[in-house]
Amino acid sequence: MGGMFSSFLAMSLNPMATLAIVNWLTEPLQYGFMQRSLMVAVMVGVICAVVGSYLMVQRLALLGDAISHSLLPGLAMAFLLGINIFVGAFVAGVISTVLIAWIHRRSPVKEDAAMGIVFSAFFALGITLITVIQKDNKIDLNHFLFGNILGVTASEVRDTAIIAVLVLTCVMLLYKELLFYSFDPLGAQASGLPVGLLNAGLMVLIAMTVVASMKAVGVILVLALLITPGATAYLLVPRLHQVMALGAGIGVFSSIAGMYLSYYFNLPSGPAIVLVTFSLFMLAFLFGPQYGVLTNPSQSPGELPLLKEIKGLLRH
Amino acid sequence: MTQSASLTVDHLSVNYRDVQALRNINFSVAPGQLVGIFGPNGAGKSTLVKAMLGLTPIVTGMVHYGNQSLWEQRDRTAYVPQRSQIDWTFPATVWDVVLMGRTRNAGWFRRISNVSHRIAMEALERVDMADFRHRRIGALSGGQQQRVFLARALAQQADVFFFDEPFVGVDQKTEDILFQIFRELAAEQKIVLVVNHDLGESITHFGQLLLLNKELVAFGSQQQVLTTTHMTRAYGGHVQFFSRHVA
Repeated sequence: MGGMFSSFLAMSLNPMATLAIVNWLTEPLQYGFMQRSLMVAVMVGVICAVVGSYLMVQRLALLGDAISHSLLPGLAMAFLLGINIFVGAFVAGVISTVLIAWIHRRSPVKEDAAMGIVFSAFFALGITLITVIQKDNKIDLNHFLFGNILGVTASEVRDTAIIAVLVLTCVMLLYKELLFYSFDPLGAQASGLPVGLLNAGLMVLIAMTVVASMKAVGVILVLALLITPGATAYLLVPRLHQVMALGAGIGVFSSIAGMYLSYYFNLPSGPAIVLVTFSLFMLAFLFGPQYGVLTNPSQSPGELPLLKEIKGLLRH
Repeated sequence: MTQSASLTVDHLSVNYRDVQALRNINFSVAPGQLVGIFGPNGAGKSTLVKAMLGLTPIVTGMVHYGNQSLWEQRDRTAYVPQRSQIDWTFPATVWDVVLMGRTRNAGWFRRISNVSHRIAMEALERVDMADFRHRRIGALSGGQQQRVFLARALAQQADVFFFDEPFVGVDQKTEDILFQIFRELAAEQKIVLVVNHDLGESITHFGQLLLLNKELVAFGSQQQVLTTTHMTRAYGGHVQFFSRHVA
């Protein structure tokens, strides 16, 4: 291990090797499409982690999935009608969220079941619409499902930037209210905060974030960017704003690393980004200083930690 | 409005789905009172508190503080929910939780002021938790968590306080601190309502008792409330251990 590290160090101190690394890092940047997609990847990495932290602490991970799947018919309609896809997706997101809340409030059907019903139906409608219109329009269903970050246009970079600025500004301005609300909604309401409004605002932020992430990872994988970076940070730092900041860092690193993997090894970029976030999560899960399964201080000495984990899983 | 307002509950009824959970509740609490809300499991104690605060839909009824609806004066109410309603794995420190009590006061789009930081710190000192302020809320004992929530309520500087089962799973030191502060709040002419299902020794700390079993069985001093007739009506025929307190 030590030998490997020192040889790596020697290599990186070697001017030729340094040059090679710099070349490796800068080569993709000569291409306009790589510059644009990296810009989108970084912005999406930040806002997904920040907004997704709220979903994670409120145990609403499934809601992120529901919203993202529900946007599909909106995207299709936007293409059909020739309006901005962000607008179409946003309208679909709002309609599906209202429908979920309506079913949940006005019938004995529970919220998670209502989400399952609504989001699968919207998803099916979206796939149907896209399949019907993709013959006449130059669109590809796969790009909606899994993203097409290498195909982002300059105007999409601009739209993503506008959404990112809006989302981050809202989170900063409403941070203390959203913290109280997401920790203790009843206590927040009793203290006089308009919790209905805060909840609606949060849903709007999530819908905006998902729409902005559509190009990067598609509707199916966006959940990974919303939840995984925040969950990774949650294993490492104790306060919500720290979870958001570290999560954003993890999201950005994953996005960039995924793009480079995609470039050099010809991998699909959305899945590559998601797999990097998952690898980072597993590192924190196994080796985190406080909660790491294999490294936390409560490990009994003498027993192999991995063996103990396997035994524990088999027992329950 | 002066601080010495009364809290009045008028014809309050609540349904849970199609079942009546609370039926026509009427009572009035004078300023400076520490009220214990008692009753068997499922009597609607927590529902009463939530309905009074407007946190749950009601069928009929009004709640006034002074001559204005309590629901229009939420900045004057503080509520500490049951411990089981809180996700203790939430990424927040003790300090974060106490500062939540200053959120409403700070106002929209504003940072929490230095004065608010001082008020929060004093509240933490009052419940003897100042040394724990950098700890993650989930890393505390049940009693310590309850004291942090009390500090949050104090930081709100409310006039009407609601506590739902604050003594569940707490140590003796916490129980003493809670009652000490409840008495201090009452002495400041605040109104303190405490849901409690333990009919043990602690019952003597309350100035007034409210006995509930879907309807208001009795309300008043211990002598007025703790009679065999009332207790049988609230609990059925199973309670004898209160005899010590019966006048």
